[in-house]
Amino acid sequence: MAEIERVLAPASLDEAAEALAAGEATLLAGGTDLMPASHAGKVRFAPMLINLRRIAELSGIAVEDGELRIGTLVTIAELLGDEAVRERCPILAEAADHFASPQIRNAATIGGNLCNASPAGDMLVPLLAAGARVELASKPDGTLVRRVLPLEEFLVGPGRTRRRPDELLATVRVPAAAPDAIWRFFKSGTRPALDISAVSIGLLARKAGNALHEVRIALGAVAPTVVRARAAEATLEGRVLNPETMEAAACAARDEVHPISDVRASAWYRKELIHNMLRRMLSDVAET
Amino acid sequence: MSPKREIAFTLNGVPTRASVSPELSALALIREVLGLTGTKLGCGEGECGACTILVDGRSVNSCLMFALDCEGRSLVTIEGLAADPLGARIEQAFVEAGAVQCGFCTPGMVVQAHNLLTAHPHPTREQIRRGIEGNLCRCTGYFKIVEAIERAAGAQE
Repeated sequence: MAEIERVLAPASLDEAAEALAAGEATLLAGGTDLMPASHAGKVRFAPMLINLRRIAELSGIAVEDGELRIGTLVTIAELLGDEAVRERCPILAEAADHFASPQIRNAATIGGNLCNASPAGDMLVPLLAAGARVELASKPDGTLVRRVLPLEEFLVGPGRTRRRPDELLATVRVPAAAPDAIWRFFKSGTRPALDISAVSIGLLARKAGNALHEVRIALGAVAPTVVRARAAEATLEGRVLNPETMEAAACAARDEVHPISDVRASAWYRKELIHNMLRRMLSDVAET
Repeated sequence: MSPKREIAFTLNGVPTRASVSPELSALALIREVLGLTGTKLGCGEGECGACTILVDGRSVNSCLMFALDCEGRSLVTIEGLAADPLGARIEQAFVEAGAVQCGFCTPGMVVQAHNLLTAHPHPTREQIRRGIEGNLCRCTGYFKIVEAIERAAGAQE
């Protein structure tokens, strides 16, 4: 285990960005992934550990320009209990309810879940379906600058993102769902609590009559990052939900993913789950 | 070993100071540095809930928390709940319902039940089951634990 030489607990984003600009650092938020990873020897600590928890401006949920602005330190429990999130991004609140356990929901943060970039990350699927963007802050030459990336661009691979070592994820921006939006979230695991998904599916669309528009389907744990099921989306776009279109979409989703086999499920089983569960979610939407 | 850092926090209502290395968990701080062994080390990775404590009123797995993050916070362990009216009611209800067998999960269960009953003083059976979904018990089959929490909620009248 590498040695941590300095521990910082900055009080502001500006201070944190300045510390990050000065040298390589390990960032600490909830600690729920960092601690077990360090015990398992899977993390090499940088010489500097920055505890972000004291930065008030990275907490809290606000609504601006019709978007939810979720601070990186917002815990999963806070998402779950937030009225604005339930109203404007119910799929995120639903996914938060399936996240680990109460104790972990009380500590784990949305920013940590995004930066860990697990292909099975529980917040990633609903956020990708919702068209979220992330705001990264840094202080490259003495001034605090922010850049905004679509989540899809931010995520590169398992544990890998486009966050530069001198940047930190400050805010997650989520467009509010349309009034006629329908949404479904499914997470497959061997038990409801504390399980890592074998697959997860997020479905978001606008429903007019029995036709879907602006269909967005996000899939977890079937690729190196969470991915959109674009072929399945295209088969549904503007079409009326009926047994043929629903089956076509489920088949398209199954055929466009290339999952791996691991301890949680075989590739074949994952593909079957994607087909069967997406089919079930769509029939549920058709019936309501 | 990394250089130690001095932290100050409240433990069971008592202002406390400790010198901790940056990699240390809050659980190791509580058990090994401060000698309060009521909080248990089960899995050490957040799966079992035996190490549950309250931090600023919310339950967390102390095995997943960095000790240095205790700075400025208020920690309550199972020892602290003995002096708390709700904690005492839960303890009594666990005894009456026979919710304790080997006892290893009990401190975490009681602390988590405290967290649940603080948020939902009159939980449904389903809310109780969801409330303790992060706590494993290998003896009781959970039935008597759920019953004990129901009993503690009823005793609040």
